[in-house]
Amino acid sequence: MSLKKYILDLRKRREKVQQGGGEKAIEKQTAMGKMTARERILALLDQDSFTEYDLFVEHEARDFGMDKKQLHGDGVIIGTGTIYGAPVCVFAQDFTVAGGSLGLMHARKITKIMDHALKMRVPLIGINDSGGARIQEGVNSLAGYGEIFYRNTIASGVIPQISVILGPCAGGAVYSPALTDFVFTVDKISKMFITGPNVIKTVLGEEISMEDLGGARVHAEITGNAHFFANSEAECFDQIKKLITFIPWNNKQKARAFPPKPPKGKTKIEDIIPSDPKNPYDVRDVIKAIVDDSDFFEIQELFAANIVIGFGRMNGETIGFVANQPLVLAGVLDTDSSDKAARFIRYCDAFNIPIITLEDMPGYLPGIDQEHAGVIRHGAKVLYAYSEATVPKITVILRKAYGGGYIAMNSRHLHADFMFAWPTAEIAVMGPEGAANIIFKKEIEEADDPEKMRQLKVQEYKEKFANPYVAAAKGYIDSVIEPDETRKMLLHALDVSVSKEDHRPEKKHGIPPF
Amino acid sequence: MKDDNQELVDFQILSLKYKTRLTRKFKERKKYEVPDPNKLKSVIPGTVVEIKAKKGQKLKEGDVILLLEAMKMINEIHMPFDGKIKKIHVEKGQRISKNFLMVEIE
Repeated sequence: MSLKKYILDLRKRREKVQQGGGEKAIEKQTAMGKMTARERILALLDQDSFTEYDLFVEHEARDFGMDKKQLHGDGVIIGTGTIYGAPVCVFAQDFTVAGGSLGLMHARKITKIMDHALKMRVPLIGINDSGGARIQEGVNSLAGYGEIFYRNTIASGVIPQISVILGPCAGGAVYSPALTDFVFTVDKISKMFITGPNVIKTVLGEEISMEDLGGARVHAEITGNAHFFANSEAECFDQIKKLITFIPWNNKQKARAFPPKPPKGKTKIEDIIPSDPKNPYDVRDVIKAIVDDSDFFEIQELFAANIVIGFGRMNGETIGFVANQPLVLAGVLDTDSSDKAARFIRYCDAFNIPIITLEDMPGYLPGIDQEHAGVIRHGAKVLYAYSEATVPKITVILRKAYGGGYIAMNSRHLHADFMFAWPTAEIAVMGPEGAANIIFKKEIEEADDPEKMRQLKVQEYKEKFANPYVAAAKGYIDSVIEPDETRKMLLHALDVSVSKEDHRPEKKHGIPPF
Repeated sequence: MKDDNQELVDFQILSLKYKTRLTRKFKERKKYEVPDPNKLKSVIPGTVVEIKAKKGQKLKEGDVILLLEAMKMINEIHMPFDGKIKKIHVEKGQRISKNFLMVEIE
């Protein structure tokens, strides 16, 4: 008696379920320019590494004719696999099966793989493509979402959590990605919103397209909900794979080290920076001149572009970079850029990634809209995040470091471990013009030629304060360095901080200005 | 992705002018308007279900001017102070957005 019969039966069962919603539904999915859930998982993971769990799960709903419906896998595929050899847990909602709607068993599959990821301390990647709650399952569906959100929160800061939005992700569902560390979107495919265009139209009479309301570009550029924007699903998967190389599997480990490489090319940093501090440059060119292989992996490139965040490697080790961007809005801190930087700093701190801060900023953005948008509490997030962080914290002041911004950008006073400044650094309460106007108000007003006197006093103030030496004389700056010594000094600082220990008083948790 | 042809503009921060680019969000930000206490604007989008006051009518602070249904609730719109209805800009059944001028008073 052979077992063949049983084996063939298993194969047949597998094959049937693996078809998801069937040919017609798959055709529809493809027509929308989307890959199927299974294709996505296979494209993302290392070849032959995917192992599926819960293939044969079925829903138990009995109302509204659901008892007659068989939903393969209950609309979601879960399992484990590897990305460049790194183990990951993954789930992918299958839009071809009842629109990827979330019912009780669908949610149970997701929470099962989440629990698994947390227990095994490996990253979790969730691919979202779902019409939302399975209305026929009522409160069971809502319960499912709640269980997912709870696990997102508990796992936060323990394992990396990545959300990939490859279809609609609307209503309550969208709070799961919002709770995760990195959200990936694809142009024309990702749709995220709390209330969709139809509801907005019926309730408010306002018309807006899905794309303009919650498309990839909107979230990448305006809301900041997305961290990555891609033009195709393939590009999106490449971005995810690259991210995985930069981050550790969990909060008890360090990211994998790569063979050290020098920066590409022979760009002299000196040549990147214009001599007039009022003229801009692209700070990413400075980062590329510093990091291994000039490979800088930028995060939230389009959102609040006045601050640049992302990963690079120094001597093969992952480093988080935070840099003011003089090219956009003169590199000011505002509500969005503060929010963006603060969250990234906390990410790096949670996952043992040293932080290098490159500073060139004229201060906080003045304006009624900023004040009313809460620039005080958003700006405070940056102070909080830097002060709280215990990973190695290194700052290089390139040019301007004015006022509250100087303090906020990982200053010595927030307990930075290393403070470097270029000779072009200007560390002052405000720019020379403003300062001279206030300090020498009387002299300027009473002079025969006030404008000439003003210029004179501005120059006087510049010479006296608009340099790094006043701060260096107080020990607020450890070392004034030549721009082209920057990489060398940073490598030294990182070497010295390998065994850094910095402890905080015991507490349940702080209360950051969320 | 990024529009590299974007022009550099003068951007004033306190006393200094910097050459820099602007973000789309910055360019699209709304200008601040000083609130006019004589203009009653909707704080929530909804539908006008009943208008209780008439043009020229004198009302006391707290009197109901109209009813606005929003988010499944009937909201009473009150007189903010004693005064006269100068003009009513909405009709019964009209659907209005947030910040829509509903009533002018004096």
